[in-house]
Amino acid sequence: MLLIFGVPIQALTGQLMVGLINGAFYSLLSLGVAIIFGMLRIANFVHGAQYMLGAFVAWFLLNLPNIFPGVGLPAVGYWSALFLAPLIVFAVGALIEFLFIRRVYDLDHAYSLLLTIGLTMVIEGLFRLQYGSSGQPYEIPELLMGGRNLGFMFLPYYRVWVILVSVIVCFATWFIIERTKLGAYLRAATEDPELVRAFGINVPMMLMLTYGFGVGLAGFAGVMAAPIYQVSPGMGQNLIIIVFAVVVVGGMGSILGAIISGFLLGIVEGLTKVFWPEASTTVIFVIMALILLVRPNGLIGKVAK
Amino acid sequence: MPQFLAIQQSSKRIWGPVMNSAIVKRTNGVGMSRAAMLEIRNLEAWYGESRALRSISLDVYEGEVVTLLGRNGAGKSTTLKSIMGMMRKRAGSIKLYSDELIRCPSNIIARKGIAFCPENRGIFSSLTVAENLTLPPVVQGGGMSEAEIFDLFPNLRERLNAGGTKLSGGEQQMLAIGRILRTGARLILLDEPTEGLAPAIVQQIGRVIRRLRERGLTIILVEQNFRFAETLADRHYVIEHGNVVDSMTTAEVPANRDKLAAYLGV
Amino acid sequence: MTAIVLKQEPATRLEWEKVALFVLLGFALVAPAFLYPLFLVRILTFVLFASAYNLIFGYAGLLGFGHAAFFGLASYAVAQSTKTWPITPELAIIFGVSVSAIAGAVFGWLAIRRQGLYFAMITLALAQIVYFFFAQVDWAHGEDGIQSVPRGHFLGLIDLSSNTVMYYFVLGVFLVGFLFSLRVVASPYGEALKAVRDNEARAISLGYNANRIRLIAFTISAGLAGLAGGLNALSFQLASLSDVHYLLSAEVILMVLIGGAATTIGPVLGAIVVVVMQNYFAQFGAWVLVVQGAIFVACVLGMRNGIVGTVDTIAKTWLKRARKE
Repeated sequence: MLLIFGVPIQALTGQLMVGLINGAFYSLLSLGVAIIFGMLRIANFVHGAQYMLGAFVAWFLLNLPNIFPGVGLPAVGYWSALFLAPLIVFAVGALIEFLFIRRVYDLDHAYSLLLTIGLTMVIEGLFRLQYGSSGQPYEIPELLMGGRNLGFMFLPYYRVWVILVSVIVCFATWFIIERTKLGAYLRAATEDPELVRAFGINVPMMLMLTYGFGVGLAGFAGVMAAPIYQVSPGMGQNLIIIVFAVVVVGGMGSILGAIISGFLLGIVEGLTKVFWPEASTTVIFVIMALILLVRPNGLIGKVAK
Repeated sequence: MPQFLAIQQSSKRIWGPVMNSAIVKRTNGVGMSRAAMLEIRNLEAWYGESRALRSISLDVYEGEVVTLLGRNGAGKSTTLKSIMGMMRKRAGSIKLYSDELIRCPSNIIARKGIAFCPENRGIFSSLTVAENLTLPPVVQGGGMSEAEIFDLFPNLRERLNAGGTKLSGGEQQMLAIGRILRTGARLILLDEPTEGLAPAIVQQIGRVIRRLRERGLTIILVEQNFRFAETLADRHYVIEHGNVVDSMTTAEVPANRDKLAAYLGV
Repeated sequence: MTAIVLKQEPATRLEWEKVALFVLLGFALVAPAFLYPLFLVRILTFVLFASAYNLIFGYAGLLGFGHAAFFGLASYAVAQSTKTWPITPELAIIFGVSVSAIAGAVFGWLAIRRQGLYFAMITLALAQIVYFFFAQVDWAHGEDGIQSVPRGHFLGLIDLSSNTVMYYFVLGVFLVGFLFSLRVVASPYGEALKAVRDNEARAISLGYNANRIRLIAFTISAGLAGLAGGLNALSFQLASLSDVHYLLSAEVILMVLIGGAATTIGPVLGAIVVVVMQNYFAQFGAWVLVVQGAIFVACVLGMRNGIVGTVDTIAKTWLKRARKE
């Protein structure tokens, strides 16, 4: 058995895999939070609940025949859910923006956090009423079941899929925002929404769709998470705080910072679990505290506010 | 033309709206028979609780260059912003030909062919010069092509990939004007384009405005620099405390220099 | 943050506030005759917690989102110390308060360097470190928490095992803490704090060290929150993870928001509302969460100045009408 720093190599690679997976989710979620904060100046605490929504929608779709028996509905599987659930969560997000979020744009930023805390409690509370705290199972899609033994590690196919898709989605999003015309409108609207509107762009609509998109990303992460973590009302709860820490480390409002920090911190967390397990739950927060001392704008942060 | 009598401070409130329409009728010498492109009557505007415009009435005809003169805080920029629909609270009437704009949000007004160039230039720092230039969407045909814009503003061609705010003040002003020329807007609102710029650049902007006028664009110009404005504009309105208090054509300016100096506090 | 607080204190409010506080005090003295003492204790500890939070949220203009850490640190400190050391309850509380105050100074020093939302996120992350610490360390017993915390004898003489006696002990300590917080706000330091909140640049130009002033407020606030947490642990004889959970941090914000930030009676009213509501909805399970969330949303959208602000507005219109007649 091969030992690295006194640790068997399978344990090390196993935890690295877990770290990469967690990092993938951290990246996807902090990307959404960074977009919403960067473009709309909203601290979207309800992002964790919207992630949970995505997972639950996927679960609903799979269990349609059980939830509505006798109507003849088909069980909508993973591959369709991967498209449908984010769309549904996007629509819910747009609705939330229209009803609630837009009313706090002109207020102190603190109110956006307070508002979204309240929304989180409402959404999670409602789901808890229905489903308690226990998790609902969701199977890995058949195509991605199993894995490959590489000797020094076991490579589960579904996990590899999650990592690959996350990387692709993250960088596609980054590309859209930094390199396309649509992204240019968004970046300009962040600086001076009134002027952009005076050019003929329907900025309120654009903000609504941007919020919806960020939330849709959370929903997408939720679908991908369903086969790995159980689908439960509290699944977003502790995750959202880590996501906020990731965003701070990356630099609030920095898209690239969020993506890179997400993967980086996930890997660091995984490694910590191998060498110093008790610290693994808090290492991300400690790193955040250090970053704030040494480099307050974050790794790739923009101007501090 | 009969001399216009100066209005005493105390009676401005009563006479304001009455005089506004009198001023408007009087300066219609240029095109009394044709309809105004932009017809503003009794425009009021507020910043929150404070009243910024008391009663503004003026006309702008197609193909004209009209200046709004006045001291700081008189309400000139606010008038432009009101036309553009950027003021939250407005009252009165703003008609683009027969189209009432007073209830329209700014994105709809832009789509009707009006474009705004703000005092601070509004160049976006997170966009390159090229992105800044192509940001405002084309709202109707007849706008300038990029080639024509580079013809007007050669410096911009060299700086295309620079960050928007890496340009000098003059270059930013060129960019700010250039980008709205691409949109096809026929009525251009320019808010203090020469502010803080070197004389050579000011001259260049003057040439640009003349070229635009030759193209048939209509321009409303807010300017503190009266020397600059009088060489370019057909007519001038004087704004004070949110009211139009005087107006004249460029031909009448030489006879009224002292009065204008008093208005502008120079 | 200045948008959240009521800057001017209308003369009318000072009047009805004083009256209301005296009425409440009078009621508090005889309340055990009508209501379950431990329910009253819960109200008292949360009023203290909310007043402590009001110090930074209302008067310093800082959105802290990790105050449960200070409540919980003292809670666990008091619980563990009375269980393992032969000390009297008041010494345990002093110990708990010290722990919280020190943590407040450290966390505050780290967090103060940033403002607004960043401050909230930093305090939240630091509080999570505390949460995970207590979730993992052996002597805190994880999910079970520290149970059977002995109430002991106050000053070695008065047995606190009776709920009613405990209540009066808590009331006494509460009054000390509450009046101390009032004193801080009314003192010259309090004025400096408000000056920094309202116009930091101006305060600095006048010679105030804004960061140090805010750090002092944060430390005092943490200590008072610890006082609340320590009393809580002794009264309910339990220190658990819910004392350090971020949901508690959210609840104390809600209390101050509902009541009215930067007012004396705001935290009192807010804490009473939230505790009563929690008590009522406890039987309905997760409905507590939903209702709290809904109130949060409603407050942020429609009642940012809280109950006190609403009463102020009503009082102002009444006075206007009365003067016309």
